[in-house]
Amino acid sequence: MDCKNEVVELMHEYLDGDITKEDETKLGKHLEGCKACQQHFHELKNTITLIKSTVETKEVPPKFTENVMKNLPTEKKRVKYMRWFRAHPVLTAAAIFFVFLFSGILSTWHQDTRLVVSKQEDLIIKGDTVIVPEGVTVEGDLVVKNGNLKIDGTVDGKVTLIKGKLIQEDSDEVLDGENLMASAGEVNGEFESVNKVFEWIWYSFKSLVEGIFSFDS
Amino acid sequence: MDYMIRDKIKKVKKGDQSAYEDIVVLFQSRIYHHCYRMLGNAHEAEDIAQEAFIRAYVNIHSYDDKRKFSTWLYRIATNLTIDRIRKRKPDYFLDAEIKGTEGLNMYSQLATKDRLPEEEVQGMELQHHIYQEIANLSPIYRSIITLRYLEEFSLKEISEIMDLPLGTVKTRIHRGREALRKKLRHV
Ligand SMILES: [Zn+2]
Repeated sequence: MDCKNEVVELMHEYLDGDITKEDETKLGKHLEGCKACQQHFHELKNTITLIKSTVETKEVPPKFTENVMKNLPTEKKRVKYMRWFRAHPVLTAAAIFFVFLFSGILSTWHQDTRLVVSKQEDLIIKGDTVIVPEGVTVEGDLVVKNGNLKIDGTVDGKVTLIKGKLIQEDSDEVLDGENLMASAGEVNGEFESVNKVFEWIWYSFKSLVEGIFSFDS
Repeated sequence: MDYMIRDKIKKVKKGDQSAYEDIVVLFQSRIYHHCYRMLGNAHEAEDIAQEAFIRAYVNIHSYDDKRKFSTWLYRIATNLTIDRIRKRKPDYFLDAEIKGTEGLNMYSQLATKDRLPEEEVQGMELQHHIYQEIANLSPIYRSIITLRYLEEFSLKEISEIMDLPLGTVKTRIHRGREALRKKLRHV
């Protein structure tokens, strides 16, 4: 058998674990009688042991994973939201409900500029000002939207003023709720003024809740 | 384990970035060590290992789930280390590091420890010597030897990682062993 090629080839097959039984016997027999091949085989096995001896374990650098995650290209927003939604189904339902609710409320705040008065009997409307004339008593609540309100008479209920101002007689002075009682007219109920978006949202929301819970009225 | 990996990969493919974190945690040590063994330098190893994970993420859609994920990941890391080695200046490897001040080399760190027993010093010098001989092999041979003997992959797995026919891997591992035998026979 040719030492240099054939036998060495068998040695490598042996080391790779894919030598046939037959070849293994052949190799063993040859090694018994050939010093040079014995030496070669020994050196090969020794080499593998030496290679394996260089295994060294090190600590993975700190924050390795964190740094990888930080440097990944940004995730599609949609996926991020979808994942959150899937993880929080109840909150998602609530969030969708509020989005619809508030976008509806907001759009009415921004779009609706018509003057609206909840009742018109006996009231005078001059331009964008609603007047409760002297001697007139409004029975029940009064809501004025997108207009100013002047009370010379009496309101027997709650007054709500949305996107408008309360005007005192014979002056340009604008009153807030607390000074209302000092004005010429009289309000026998609460006074509420809604002039900011968030106040509008709160007002709409409150009305909605009141609507839901006051079945009896 | 395999099931867990498959499940995570599916999520990553759908765009769920957070699922990838578990993959990184699971493989970081193996990939980092592979890069370290290939490059012999902690700093470079970290760089390349990071890059490997980022590339795997970016190219996740080209990963075929029927194959082993670890093999695919090792292939990316191996290709990156081979590229890095080829881009080096010829005398950069190890020698430059040993003279360097950063102490990031595989052995210089150990060498700076004081008053080691004589045997241990000799052991380290020997290790250094062996390592250097492996490092002197061309990058492809170095990868094959590293994957086979330091990371204990089968020849079939190596053929997948290296994208080489099994026969070629066998021939190369034979030649690699012979080359190292000649260098290390008097050790
Ligand atoms: Zn012989």
